Amino acid sequence: MRTTLDATPARGSLLSDPRARAWLFQIIAVAAVVGIGWYLFHNTQTNLANRGITSGFGFLDNAAGFGISQHLIDYSESDSYGRVFWIGLLNTLLVSVLGIVLATILGFILGVARLSSNWLIRQLATIYIETFRNIPPLLQIFFFYFAVLAPLPGPRDSLSLADMFFVNNRGLQMPAPLAAPGMWPFLVAIAVAVLAVVIFAVWAKGLRHATGKRLPVFWVSLAILLVVPGLTVMIVGAPFDWEIPELRRFNIRGGWVVIPELVSIVLALSIYTAAFIGETVRAGIQSVSHGQTEAASSLGLSGGQTLRLVIIPQALRVIIPPLTSQYLNLAKNSSLAAAIGYPDMVSLFAGTVLNQTGQAIETMAITMSVYLAISISISLLMNWYNKRIALIER
Amino acid sequence: MKIKSTLAVLSAAVALGVGANAHAGATLDAVKNNGFVQCGISDGLPGFSYADAKGQYKGIDVDICRAVAAALFGDASKVKYSPLTAKERFTALQSGEVDMLSRNTTWTSSRDAAMGLNFTGVTYYDGQGFLVNKELGVKSAKELDGATVCIQAGTTTELNLSDYFRANGMNYTPITYDTSDESAKSLESGRCDVLTSDQSQLYAQRIKLANPEQYIVLPEVISKEPLGPAVRQGDEEWFDIVRWTLFAMLNAEELGINSSNVEEMAKTTKNPDVARLLGAEGEYGKDLNLPKDWAVQIIKQVGNYGEVFARNVGADSDLKIERGLNALWKDGGLQYAPPVR
Repeated sequence: MRTTLDATPARGSLLSDPRARAWLFQIIAVAAVVGIGWYLFHNTQTNLANRGITSGFGFLDNAAGFGISQHLIDYSESDSYGRVFWIGLLNTLLVSVLGIVLATILGFILGVARLSSNWLIRQLATIYIETFRNIPPLLQIFFFYFAVLAPLPGPRDSLSLADMFFVNNRGLQMPAPLAAPGMWPFLVAIAVAVLAVVIFAVWAKGLRHATGKRLPVFWVSLAILLVVPGLTVMIVGAPFDWEIPELRRFNIRGGWVVIPELVSIVLALSIYTAAFIGETVRAGIQSVSHGQTEAASSLGLSGGQTLRLVIIPQALRVIIPPLTSQYLNLAKNSSLAAAIGYPDMVSLFAGTVLNQTGQAIETMAITMSVYLAISISISLLMNWYNKRIALIER
Repeated sequence: MKIKSTLAVLSAAVALGVGANAHAGATLDAVKNNGFVQCGISDGLPGFSYADAKGQYKGIDVDICRAVAAALFGDASKVKYSPLTAKERFTALQSGEVDMLSRNTTWTSSRDAAMGLNFTGVTYYDGQGFLVNKELGVKSAKELDGATVCIQAGTTTELNLSDYFRANGMNYTPITYDTSDESAKSLESGRCDVLTSDQSQLYAQRIKLANPEQYIVLPEVISKEPLGPAVRQGDEEWFDIVRWTLFAMLNAEELGINSSNVEEMAKTTKNPDVARLLGAEGEYGKDLNLPKDWAVQIIKQVGNYGEVFARNVGADSDLKIERGLNALWKDGGLQYAPPVR
C-alpha cells in the first residue's frame, strides 16, 4: 500500500487524476456558458437602456387598438396585447389540430392505397405522394390561396346551397346556431344517449367474451343516438335558432364564416403532410410479415378484419415515432400562414404586435417559447401513446 | 420574406446583445469609414422608393438618402439601399443594419420615445385614405359599414382604421398583409372591398393596378401622417446631419436656389441668407461636421425640396399629387425650415 502512495507524483497531482480533471473541465464549461449568458443578457439590457428602447413585459397589458380578421374568443380593439397573444395562439392551434386530423386520415388512406392490389389505385396513390411531397409547402399554400380560392366569385355572385350556405372569395358562410329554449334538454339527451351507448357496448363485449354471441352493436348504438335526442326535440322544441347569412351591401353577413386564408393553409398543409404520412404508413404495414396475413386468413378473418385487427395494431409500433415528427412539422409549418395574412401566432404576435410595440426581443422570445411548448406537448402525447401500444414483453 | 424578417429580428437581438455600447458620433464615424450611407427604404412604392426600369432606386425617400450622401461625401451616389417591409424597418434601424431609415414612416410619440428612434423632420405631410372599386358605388368612407378592408401589417394605418370605424359605430373585417403589393393584389382579386393606407401610397398603388381607372380614392382623410426619416436615438451628431440635410433643401427652395443655378449663386450672391447656406459666408458646415460646400452639393446633385417633390410625386411624375400641405409655409403649406446662421 505504502509504495503505491509514494509512487503518486507530488507535482500536478490533481491534474493528472482523470476524475479531478473531468470535474475541472466540466466546471470550466459550465462557468463559460453561464458567463457568456450573463454577458449577453447584461449587454442587451445596457444597450436597450442606452438607446431608449423600452423593455420588459408591461406592454402585454396595453390596449392593442387594431382589428383581427379571425378570433375564436371575443375580441375588440380595446382589448390588450395579452389577449391578442391568446387569439394568435388559438388560431395557430386551430390550424395545427385541423391539419393533423385531416393529414392523418388522408395519410392512412394513401398508405393503404399504395399497397392496394388494384393497379389503378396503387398508381394514383404513388403519383399523389410523389407530386405533393416534392413541392415546397409555401408554394402549395400560395396555390390554394391565389389560384384556387381567389378566383371564386365575389359575395354578390356567391355559389349558394339552399340560400343557407354560400361560397365566394370571402370564404364559406354558413348558418350559426343560437341558443333556443330546447338547447339544454337536447344537450342532456345527447349525453344520456352517449352514456347508454357506452354501457351497451361494454355489456355486449362482455356477452361476446362469455358466450361468443355477437350483437349488432353498431346499429343499436346508431338507433340510440338518433332516437333519444330526436324524441327530446319533438317534446320540448328545437334546440337552436339558426342565424342565416344574408347579403348586405359589401359582404354576406351573419352566421359563421370560414375565411379563405384558413382553408388554404389547412388544405395545403394537410395535403402536403399526408404524402409523408402515407409513406410512413406504407412502411409500417410492410414491416408486418406476410405470414401474419396468411395466419389471419387461415383463421377465417376477412380482408378488412385482417387489416383492422392484425396488421394495423402491429404496424402502428413502426408508424408512431415517424408520425410524431410529421405532426411536429405540420405544427411548425403552420407559421407559413403569415404569408397569406392568416392571423396566426407569427403574423399576429411576432408581426403586428412586435411592430406596434417595437419590443422585438420580448415578442420573439414569447413566440419561440410557444412553438417549443406546442412541439413538446405533441411529442409527449405521442410518446405516451407509443408506450401504450408498444409490444409488452414479459 | 418570412425568413428574412425573422432573420432581421434575430440579428437585431444578437446585435443588441453582442454589439459594443454605442457612443455619440459612432454612426458618423462608421459611415465615413465605410464610405457610404446604408439607407433603409421601402420595398417598392412609386414616388417614394422604387427601382425603375434600369434598376436604379428613385423617389422622395431615396432622394433624402442621396442628399445625405451628397452633404457628407460630395457624391450623391455613395448610398447603399436596404429595401425593408413595414414590419422589418424598426428592428433594422435599432440593430444598426441601416444608418438611417427613409421609408415613408409616420412620426408618432411611441415610436419617437419608446423604440429608440429619433425622427429628424417631415419630408411629406400625409393622411390616411381609402381606395375602392367604383363598382361598389361608394362615395364616402362613412358608407363603409361591413366592408372587408386590406391593410399592411405593423403600420399606424391598422390603428387609425380601427379608431375611425369605432368612432363612427361601423363594423369591418381587416385582412392584414406584409407588403403593400399583396394588399393591392387582394383588392384586385376582390378579397377585400377597400384598401386603406396613406393617401400618397394609394395614388402610388393605383397606378400599379391593371386597370387604375376602375378605382377611386375616397375624399375622407382620417388621420395625420407626418412621414419623415428616422435615426437611432443617442447619436446627436448624425441626427443633426440628417435633419439639416432636409432643412437645407427646404431653405434652398425658399431662397430660390435650385440645381441649375446653385453654383452660380454660390459665387455671385449678395443675399446673406444664401451666402450662409451655400458656405460663402461663415463656417456653418463645420458646426455640423460637414464640408463647407455641403448644401451646394445637396442642391446641385439632388435638388431643392420643390424639385424633388415635382420630379417624384408632383407635376413632373405619373402620380401628379398636388403640393397641398407640402407647399412652403409662404405658399400656404406646412413646410418650414429653421434658418442657417
